[in-house]
Amino acid sequence: MSATLTLNKITAQRGISVGEAAKKIADLGWNPSYVQEAMTFPTDYKITKAPKDPMKQVLRSYFPMQEEKDNRVYGALDAALRGDMFRNVEPRWVEWMKLFLAIIPFPEISAARSMAMVGRLAPGEDLRTGFTMQMVDEFRHSTIQMNLKKWYMENYIDPAGFDITEEAFGKCYATTIGRQFGEGFITGDAITSANVYLTVVAETAFTNTLFVAMPSEAARNGDYALPTVFLSVQSDESRHIGNGHSMLMSMLKEPENHLLLERDMRYAFWQNHAIVDAAIGTFIEYGTTNRDKNKESYAEMWHRWIFEDYYRTYMLPLEKYGIKIHHDDVQTAWKRLTEKHYVHKVAQFFAVGWSANFWRIEAQTERDFEWFEHKYPGWYAQFGEFWKWYEKLSHRGQTNILFNSDVGYVYPHRCWSCLVPCLIREDIVTDEIDGKLHTFAHELDRWTAVEAFAGEYQGRPTPAMGRFSGRREWESVYHNVDIADAIKDLGFVRTDGKTLVAQPHLRFDQKEMWTLDDVRGHILKSPLLTLREMSPADREKHLAEYRKGFTINPCN
Amino acid sequence: MTAVQTVSAKSGAAGSAVFPDSDSRRYRYFEPRSKRATHYEDVTVDVQPDPERYLLQDWIIAFPNGKGAYTKDNTAALSSNWHAFRAPDQEWERTHYQRQSKIEAMVQAVIANGRKSGAPKSFDMAWIKILQNHLGAWKHAEFGLGTSLMQAQRYGYTQMINNATLTNSSYKLRLSQDITLYLAEIGMDIPGFDDTAGKRVWLGDKGWQATREAIESIMGSADYLEQYFATNIVFEPLVGELFRSGFLMQVASSNGDFITPPVISSAEADYERNLANTIDLMHILVIDNQHGAHNKKLFQGWVNKHVALANKAAAGLQPIWSQPHSKPVQYADARAQTVERIKKILGELGLTLPKE
Repeated sequence: MSATLTLNKITAQRGISVGEAAKKIADLGWNPSYVQEAMTFPTDYKITKAPKDPMKQVLRSYFPMQEEKDNRVYGALDAALRGDMFRNVEPRWVEWMKLFLAIIPFPEISAARSMAMVGRLAPGEDLRTGFTMQMVDEFRHSTIQMNLKKWYMENYIDPAGFDITEEAFGKCYATTIGRQFGEGFITGDAITSANVYLTVVAETAFTNTLFVAMPSEAARNGDYALPTVFLSVQSDESRHIGNGHSMLMSMLKEPENHLLLERDMRYAFWQNHAIVDAAIGTFIEYGTTNRDKNKESYAEMWHRWIFEDYYRTYMLPLEKYGIKIHHDDVQTAWKRLTEKHYVHKVAQFFAVGWSANFWRIEAQTERDFEWFEHKYPGWYAQFGEFWKWYEKLSHRGQTNILFNSDVGYVYPHRCWSCLVPCLIREDIVTDEIDGKLHTFAHELDRWTAVEAFAGEYQGRPTPAMGRFSGRREWESVYHNVDIADAIKDLGFVRTDGKTLVAQPHLRFDQKEMWTLDDVRGHILKSPLLTLREMSPADREKHLAEYRKGFTINPCN
Repeated sequence: MTAVQTVSAKSGAAGSAVFPDSDSRRYRYFEPRSKRATHYEDVTVDVQPDPERYLLQDWIIAFPNGKGAYTKDNTAALSSNWHAFRAPDQEWERTHYQRQSKIEAMVQAVIANGRKSGAPKSFDMAWIKILQNHLGAWKHAEFGLGTSLMQAQRYGYTQMINNATLTNSSYKLRLSQDITLYLAEIGMDIPGFDDTAGKRVWLGDKGWQATREAIESIMGSADYLEQYFATNIVFEPLVGELFRSGFLMQVASSNGDFITPPVISSAEADYERNLANTIDLMHILVIDNQHGAHNKKLFQGWVNKHVALANKAAAGLQPIWSQPHSKPVQYADARAQTVERIKKILGELGLTLPKE
């Protein structure tokens, strides 16, 4: 008898290695010979080299792993309730989750759908297994996020806004940005949308700010449910990043893809910056009550996650494959976040339009001012007076800040490309598409809409490329409509038929809550339609004034 | 709301203040199927929007032909309300992972315990060849359906349709992988077992070519609903259940194989759920006030096309029933059962089984 018990000698069984299992599973596919699969989502890219599945995972290990992750998530949600999380949560934070969680389940499920678009494009079956798991992952993300939102609705002090969430997503002037993001995954050239825009850029670069940086801020505000859910979501992203990179490597093999890749990397990086930084930057910087000067600002996190991690270690190495990387775009985005106060201008825009939202926005206070000035020197001079006005005008009986001429804010033009308004006023450009004038937040936005999303790119036909469509300027939907009627039409009214869902404060007191009557009597105007109505001379004059920006009047 | 009080709330918890809609704790933008929304409905309904619900600005990106992300014409079927469907299996991510994970645990336990007891070595020699060649070929049929449904889940007009299709795809892909790994594992215990033979049989064996043609016809359809319909209304009862229940599950044990039936059994349970989902959706479409007649005619066309293919596939597989040493079930009996089964399914939809 041996001195020590070696159980594995009795129970061990020869098995197959993970690599071997993955290889056998990759052999499940075949080239059909009776009926060909329809290529219903075309691409202008050429893919001849079969991509490899870098993760080599099989569903046998995938499902138990995911179930275990789920158990931890749902266990944590139960624990949060037992620990009375909502007693200590910061409402300023949870209110912004009404916007965030209205947006994010659609891009997630769009990502699931987009796996169908790339699934048939790549030769070989190796990566299809990876796409399969990503499809189920994205289904997970979409429904787990809907569940989290339901959980907030059931347990947070003010459920209004959560209770109309998906309807609000389709209608709100802020969620339109999220729709541009989500539709971008599933519409147009299959590789542009489902591979480059979604996987190579959004998932590889920007999920770090979405799903890592934001949960950290949630935890600082007493919300440990969001980190639990979103860090679990993020743990799936590494597989998706692997899928995207593998597909990208296959495409790089074909020199004729290089021009399209340069186009798509440029479009995807810029638009992810414009959309994700606008939204997530605002949530993190303006949804928090934590003003610890030792914590990283959004800009600092961006530098770490996007500039150092993504740009330096992912984008730059693509140059050695012959892809032109637009370094200046990355630098421009960085300058927009720091010198040009992009995020702060977005937060200001959301705040100005609070009455047509479906969540509460609280004023920033002196304590916040100090932190902003510390992290973003020059902030106070540009935004301090505005937030004082916002606080002052948050009381019923005051004129809605959107229409209050005492403030000095000038409502912005909407960018036809990223759908965030042209907030860095000096950068606004205009151009025509099909004979119609449009406004753009930056030259790169103009390039995206006019040159990239077209049937030809630099002399090369691109018949699979998508087009921008619909009533993209939200404001044109309610041109010349009273704001009260617009809010009613949007459905952003509580069930008493008069109290607004949105409020410019966190005072949970009916007397303080604005109603339709408090905002009635002011007419919405579409800046774009107004601009189109002008004579060419007046238009130039208007744009010159616009580029000069505005000054907020002192608030006494 | 019954009372109004002035509160300077310090707590962010539900109930710590009373004001308009402080008690609005249900999603109020959709009509639940029953009195109260199920959890599945809450996490599923309307996540995929459309211009009817609630895209104020319409789709804001289009394909080059001008069509938006989701359009109704991805299928020839018509509906006066595509949003009515709710999947009877009520699947969302948590239930999906719980179920899939349990199945994987069960399958792996069965295989591991069977191998520990040396079971594969006691399989009948003829049966081993059947597993190697025919179960080996069958895994490709399951995979084909899985990838076909993966494609289909991109096209439906609502989240409910697409998620039901997605979970169906996930079940099929899991089964194809389970069979693959099962054969590879028992192959290690059986001298001379060739787990690559199945693909050769699938691609070249005369008996399997009609099955491959039936599968490729489903994979090749550009109508997502036809893919879903053909899979669950036609192919599964006439060929899937025929081979899985009518052959593997019933014949294995009398040939010394107690492992294959539980490995395959999960597929039958999967199918019950997928069938329920499919029938519910198709039933809504055939009783549609405006388009019922059109849909019925369309579906009958799909039945005629895919039944012909499935009948040919079943006939091609017939010789397999005579290959085991022990033959507890006859092809004719198994086939008769599948014909009865599809008649019942089609009967629910007011469709008829074409004569052979």
